[in-house]
Amino acid sequence: MGSFFALIGSRAIHLAGFLGGISKLLYRSTYWMVIGPLRGKGLRWRASMRQMVVVGFNAIPIVTLISVFIGVIIALQGAYTLRRFEALNYVVDMVAVTVTRELGPLLTAIIVIGRSGSAFAAEIGTMKVGEEVDALQTMGLNPVRFLVVPRYLAMLIMLPCLTTVADTAGVLGGALFAILNMGWSLQNYLLRTIDALVMRDVVSGLIKSMVFAVIITKIGCYEGFTVRGGAEGVGRSTTASVVKSIFSVIAADMIFTAIFYYGSES
Amino acid sequence: MQVPAGDGVVISIRDLVTRFGSREILKDINLDIRYGETFVILGGSGSGKSTLLRNIVGLEPPARGQIWIQGRDITRMTEDEFDELRKKIGMAFQSSALFNSMTIGDNVALPLREHTDLEDSTIQIMTRIKLEQVGLSGFESFMPSQLSGGMRKRAGIARALAMDPEILIFDEPSAGLDPIVAAGIDSLILKLKQAFHMTIVLVTHELTSAFLLADRMAMLDRGRILFVGTPGEMRGSAIPRVRQFLDRQADREHVDVEQYLKILTRESG
Repeated sequence: MGSFFALIGSRAIHLAGFLGGISKLLYRSTYWMVIGPLRGKGLRWRASMRQMVVVGFNAIPIVTLISVFIGVIIALQGAYTLRRFEALNYVVDMVAVTVTRELGPLLTAIIVIGRSGSAFAAEIGTMKVGEEVDALQTMGLNPVRFLVVPRYLAMLIMLPCLTTVADTAGVLGGALFAILNMGWSLQNYLLRTIDALVMRDVVSGLIKSMVFAVIITKIGCYEGFTVRGGAEGVGRSTTASVVKSIFSVIAADMIFTAIFYYGSES
Repeated sequence: MQVPAGDGVVISIRDLVTRFGSREILKDINLDIRYGETFVILGGSGSGKSTLLRNIVGLEPPARGQIWIQGRDITRMTEDEFDELRKKIGMAFQSSALFNSMTIGDNVALPLREHTDLEDSTIQIMTRIKLEQVGLSGFESFMPSQLSGGMRKRAGIARALAMDPEILIFDEPSAGLDPIVAAGIDSLILKLKQAFHMTIVLVTHELTSAFLLADRMAMLDRGRILFVGTPGEMRGSAIPRVRQFLDRQADREHVDVEQYLKILTRESG
């Protein structure tokens, strides 16, 4: 029994340490991104651009493809139910709302966790193991400013962009079903989609994606900085970054969806 | 607080204690390193010598005590002030710690690009000069992974020299190198010592390098300083641990048969 409480206690301490570390990293990287440039310590634009290409541009094909599939899947699943109520036309609304409010931001975030969040942990972790992070520090180059800020900036800009791509691709996936199965024209489908959506749907999705960007960058980079013990440690941290990011993104998604739901009621 | 600057003391360590968890790695270290000298910290594995070095460059904060560099206590500096001071300190790491994603040239140029407003053409010339000083001219465009261990060490030293530091710090410069390459690194350090009158702090367990390079040396053992003095004084020292280290004698193993059996059978007390 005693060991049971000891386990809970040690887990709680571990969690507190993790949350403390993440908050500190969030504070320091936001400081170096926002206040640093005002005090004459410039942003590293070239490194940021490079990260944007890796995080954002290179992910476009996979995000597009998966979102088209998801659009088709939602249309099929929606049609399965709606058909019984003779309300097949509402498939369009369903695809539009589900994709922009929920699945566009969420799936993009999960793809980006797999592609980039894990890479942040592995890259920074390898640098940590090879004393490269220490070397930066002894040169008077702040590792947070040098390594985290470019990734943070890239993520904050590119994740909403990718989400927009995913939204568009998802809607087109739904169109595929409507055209082939319901005999609609693309033009009608798009007009109906525009009718079905309000600005808030799209914006709430983009706000979510910015929150996800913060979570993914912080967890990925933090796991990298806290690597211990060689190549094996890098592997462990990379795995941990993916698991923790997916969990945190979905938890945050739930909270924000609830806020948007109850917020739109009043 | 009195500034323990004295005549030409560059680094002054007072009552330094460092802990990892509850384990004390360094116990009450007091040390003065003078301007322009080459100071070697000698010690076996686990003596705490690398930790001491990490304390001096601010990679590991000490639990207690003060570290004065050029008359200022680094344990009470803000991060910004320390970063300013760090421009005057060059550090060559044991693993050379080159940035693997950059070429050798970019590695050396990085501190110059980040800390100065020099034109890129000037920086390139300076980079070439630094690489030439360590015997690596023509290797600017190589990646660290394409170089041998000894060459990487040299590149790491070139990077440490980039900002023309006043203090140069070496962590185990000859560790992991074969005797010939290690001797090459030693003679490079000797050359740098004669050419620039920098203060050099060097941590090693290699006796030959230590006696070749040192103006003064300290011996660190189990977190304490046993001895400080010139290489000559060290050779003549009668302190048993120092003698044991110099004569390369193994620790005598105490085998208590009864105790050993108890450990084997996991019988306590």
